[in-house]
Amino acid sequence: MAAVTPLRPVSGLKRATALGGGGSAPAATPKAADPTLGVLIFIGSEVMLFAGLISAFLVSSASAPFWPPANQPRLPVAITGLNTGLLVLSGFTMWTVVRSLRQHDKTGAMRWMGATIVLGALFLAIQGSEWAGLIRFGLTMTSSLYGAMFYLIVGAHALHLAVAVAVLLFVATRVWRGRYEVDFRGVVACSVYWSFVVILWPIIYALVYFS
Amino acid sequence: MAETKPQSAPSTDAHEKMGFWRQYIFSVDHKVIGKQYLFLGLFMGYVGVFLSYVFRWQLAWPGTAVPIWGKVTAPQYYELVTMHGTIMVFFVAMPVLLGAFGNFLIPLMVGARDMAFPRLNMASFWTILVGSVLLLISFFVPGGASHAGWTNYVPLSDASKYLPGNYWGGNLWLIALAIDFASVLMGGINFLTTAIAMRAPGMTIWRMPLFVWQELVASVLFMLSVGPLIAGVVMLLFDRMVGTGFFLPEKGADPLLWQHLFWFFGHPEVYVVAMPGLGIVQEILPVFARKSIFGYRMIVWAVIVAGILSFTVWAHHMFVSGMNPVLAEPFSATTIAISIPFAVMLFAMIATLWRGQITFSTPMLFALGALANFLLGGVTGIPLGTNASDIYLHDTYFVIAHFHNTLVPTAVIAGFGGIYYWFPKMFGRMMNETLGKLHFVFTWVGFNMVFVPLFLIGLGGGQRRIYMSSVYTFYKPLQPLHVIATIGLLVIIVGQIPFLLNFFLSMFRGAKAPANPWHANTLEWATDSPPPHENFHTIPTVVRGPYEYSVPGMEQDWAPQAAAVDAGAAQG
Repeated sequence: MAAVTPLRPVSGLKRATALGGGGSAPAATPKAADPTLGVLIFIGSEVMLFAGLISAFLVSSASAPFWPPANQPRLPVAITGLNTGLLVLSGFTMWTVVRSLRQHDKTGAMRWMGATIVLGALFLAIQGSEWAGLIRFGLTMTSSLYGAMFYLIVGAHALHLAVAVAVLLFVATRVWRGRYEVDFRGVVACSVYWSFVVILWPIIYALVYFS
Repeated sequence: MAETKPQSAPSTDAHEKMGFWRQYIFSVDHKVIGKQYLFLGLFMGYVGVFLSYVFRWQLAWPGTAVPIWGKVTAPQYYELVTMHGTIMVFFVAMPVLLGAFGNFLIPLMVGARDMAFPRLNMASFWTILVGSVLLLISFFVPGGASHAGWTNYVPLSDASKYLPGNYWGGNLWLIALAIDFASVLMGGINFLTTAIAMRAPGMTIWRMPLFVWQELVASVLFMLSVGPLIAGVVMLLFDRMVGTGFFLPEKGADPLLWQHLFWFFGHPEVYVVAMPGLGIVQEILPVFARKSIFGYRMIVWAVIVAGILSFTVWAHHMFVSGMNPVLAEPFSATTIAISIPFAVMLFAMIATLWRGQITFSTPMLFALGALANFLLGGVTGIPLGTNASDIYLHDTYFVIAHFHNTLVPTAVIAGFGGIYYWFPKMFGRMMNETLGKLHFVFTWVGFNMVFVPLFLIGLGGGQRRIYMSSVYTFYKPLQPLHVIATIGLLVIIVGQIPFLLNFFLSMFRGAKAPANPWHANTLEWATDSPPPHENFHTIPTVVRGPYEYSVPGMEQDWAPQAAAVDAGAAQG
């Protein structure tokens, strides 16, 4: 009988499995697939969603005579730059969560998880107060195409981040109850998604705030 | 998302007893979910056929009362055509080809016990069910369902001043579509993960059946193209409900943006539907020709190339939209180029038949019918993809005849072939051959009676989306062709009676199906009919490709992919 090798086609997948493996690779068909692979595929769609939003933004700004329009407030570049720093920092704390879990350090994982959630929530809060100010100065979704595009893209990102924070809160309770001591592939998948939301932001920041 | 069971648990026959609701309604079993999708798709399909019956009657005999419906008003006419297109593409073709066949077959064909994320799979079905219900509800809101055409072009669909009274119909259309996309997205994640990570030992990617390949490429296309349209749908909802102005020229926006977002998705979407349909044909042909598929790897590469090219052709829908005419040349070139991989596939399928021992069973008849009409659909795409001839043909019935000749052969004719072919596996019983052949003759002859005349109407300059054609003198000579087309539709409708009888009677009364009634090779035939809980008694080991028929020197003319017949499977 010919020897049959089980297939591990995507190299990144192999790494993801090894990260969360905590044991032997399945010899036959795995019963539960690696959630990281599903998240990576989902991120493919998400990238295209934001590509669509960004191209809509570029088309609209390119066809406008003045961008931003003369009667609309300017965006707060500095405070948002600071906020960007917070979010990038949360990307690093999220990685540290996975590293702690790999070293079976539950307390460390909880601590870094908490830091990530706080940083994410802080980012949202600062952005929210920024929006409140902008609305006071007359930049709304209906005040101009500029305002509509601003709230659409920045809001789409904020919505993704808010969902990611909610998922992290849920995952944190499971870390606390010790669900990820052997198999923490679920947390790896979360960190991959979190990284996507973090990496996306500087692109949007550069595009929207400096156009 | 984060749930993983310990690897030591896959005891093969661990049937935990489940109640009726867990087993048949809120099931996480891909086989049950696949059947749920099939029933939903069939139901929505017949709703779509009914809508076409009403407006086709109006086209043939304008202004007369339609039996069952009554006189068709102008807003009703646009409501009917809009909803016919929307239902057929998003709530029939996708649920049947991806939801039903993809769900039922991918885990069986790659030798997995279920989808990678079973609960996500269940969520996918219930999501599309909500979308379907919302879309059907929109018929009954004030002002009726959307009138804006299935492409929902702005500004017509954007501000309520252009379509007064159609506020909620238009909103529900957008919401139902967004929900439908979310559902297919969940399905796509499952399809890809399952086929990448959960294949049986020995199931290399070059041993996967072509149907799995086609589903995978279709899923990738869907997942990479739908994002921009979701963005567009959200923007349009904001325009309608909040009063932004993403697509309104008076607010300084570019209305062509919607067309770009729609067709950037819309064209790959054509292949999302076509590829699984071709995959079904490619499964059926070798089995009933008792021959290996011609050029397996060539077909796979053709599908991949077609998938890549499909992202570069979308603006051929927009040659007369007022976009920069310089763009028309490259988009014509890519559109003509994409017919090459499809021609490769078609010739490979025809070559599969060459010197085969062909049995004209019902699945084979549908597969051959699909092949013939897809050819016609493909060939007539060339004059539409070339900007010079498209400027004349655009928005005529030629376009309608063309895309029905691509979508109906793949989604409907091949879909029916798939139902006849896999029915024994799905329900454990055989369907009636005589009723099946009757169904084929009525459906296929009726289909061509509808759409061959429409090609002629389009070439004669007959514009689409005209409610009362009798008021135009130029339409007079074309009118008899509309009568032939409508009679063709009535033939199709009559032909559905034997199918429905056959489908439901066979489900309960049909002869018990053996495990492998067609003597086919792929893994789904290596297990019981219907497959047990978790599909296989023991996961099969795959030793060869999927299409080894009539290999010289073998006792039987088929060589199953699995090394041994599954222990519990009845011999067939």
